[in-house]
Amino acid sequence: MSLVSNHGEEIGTGLSVSSASPSDYLALLKPRVMSLVVFTALAGVLIAPRHVHPVIGFASLLAIAVGAGASGALNMWYDADIDALMRRTRNRPIPAGKISKGDALGFGLTLALFSVLTLGIAANWLAAGLLAFTIFFYAVVYTIWLKRSTPQNIVIGGAAGALPPIVGYAAATGEISLASLALFAIIFVWTPPHFWALALIKADEYGRAGIPMMPNVKGADRTRLEILLYSILLAPLGLSPWLLGFASLTYGVLAISLGALMLFLAARVFLVRTGAEADRSAKQLFLFSILYLFLLFAEIVGERLVAVAQAALLNLPW
Amino acid sequence: MTTNQDSDGVVLTPAQLKSRRQRNVAIGLAVGFFVLLFYVVTIAKLGPGVLKPPV
Repeated sequence: MSLVSNHGEEIGTGLSVSSASPSDYLALLKPRVMSLVVFTALAGVLIAPRHVHPVIGFASLLAIAVGAGASGALNMWYDADIDALMRRTRNRPIPAGKISKGDALGFGLTLALFSVLTLGIAANWLAAGLLAFTIFFYAVVYTIWLKRSTPQNIVIGGAAGALPPIVGYAAATGEISLASLALFAIIFVWTPPHFWALALIKADEYGRAGIPMMPNVKGADRTRLEILLYSILLAPLGLSPWLLGFASLTYGVLAISLGALMLFLAARVFLVRTGAEADRSAKQLFLFSILYLFLLFAEIVGERLVAVAQAALLNLPW
Repeated sequence: MTTNQDSDGVVLTPAQLKSRRQRNVAIGLAVGFFVLLFYVVTIAKLGPGVLKPPV
């Protein structure tokens, strides 16, 4: 087999010439996941009880975003073989032959290093250490270890996706607080129903790729039960920002409404088990779960931005 | 697509030349932005007093 059979051009000496464009490297960073990470980290920064210099806040969020991108690149480096087997992932830059595995690994490690150092210098070393831990947890603990070995992969691995608010809060304050832990808990408990709803629909593809997702290992019925149990846990957890006093009553009402709707959709997934209606229920829950998390964090971010704007107006010299 | 190798070294195809140029521009912009970011962060951390040296 040629040294460069799936990317670039072979030039006869075993060396390769890449044809990858910057957009291919951008795709390695999983931009959609990055945007969610930035959003949740922003919530962590904004719930901090002290003022953060806008430049430091921006640099911190940028470093967290790049760190998330580095995790994505390292994930694509390791998972290139199974990405090629699934329709959802086979057009990613490595299986598509646009970027070599080695280039992706180098790119991911470089970004990981620079993002952690930048966060340490711009904010503080607690935040940088937490970001390094997040990247390690996603790339090594989840991608390399758990993903191919246990149906609890996304439950434990979900911690990596839940950490950005803690990193953001630490960047703003140098501390970890109950408030940032509450945001962590919401994302952590939200992750299983979100991914298992997708896994119910894509069970065949995950099975073909040999990934032990819950429906493939324990069966669809057990997955439906676990989705319901996690949703029952999630509904009251969603209220914690209001109960802890860092979100308003409006947030509380929103969290109750969205939590009830999430619970209703999870109950429908639990009850409707056959036919096209079962797939439709799972898909609706998957899509609604994205909206659920987005709206809860948008409310927190919105409330805090309004508070920051009001404080800034009061401090103007007129 | 073909590539050639002669005594002067590797001759890249137009597509490879274009993508290499795009990558170079992207790296240049990223490095420039990184330098600017560190400059601004330094000023922000030191505060505005850094621009007024003591007499």
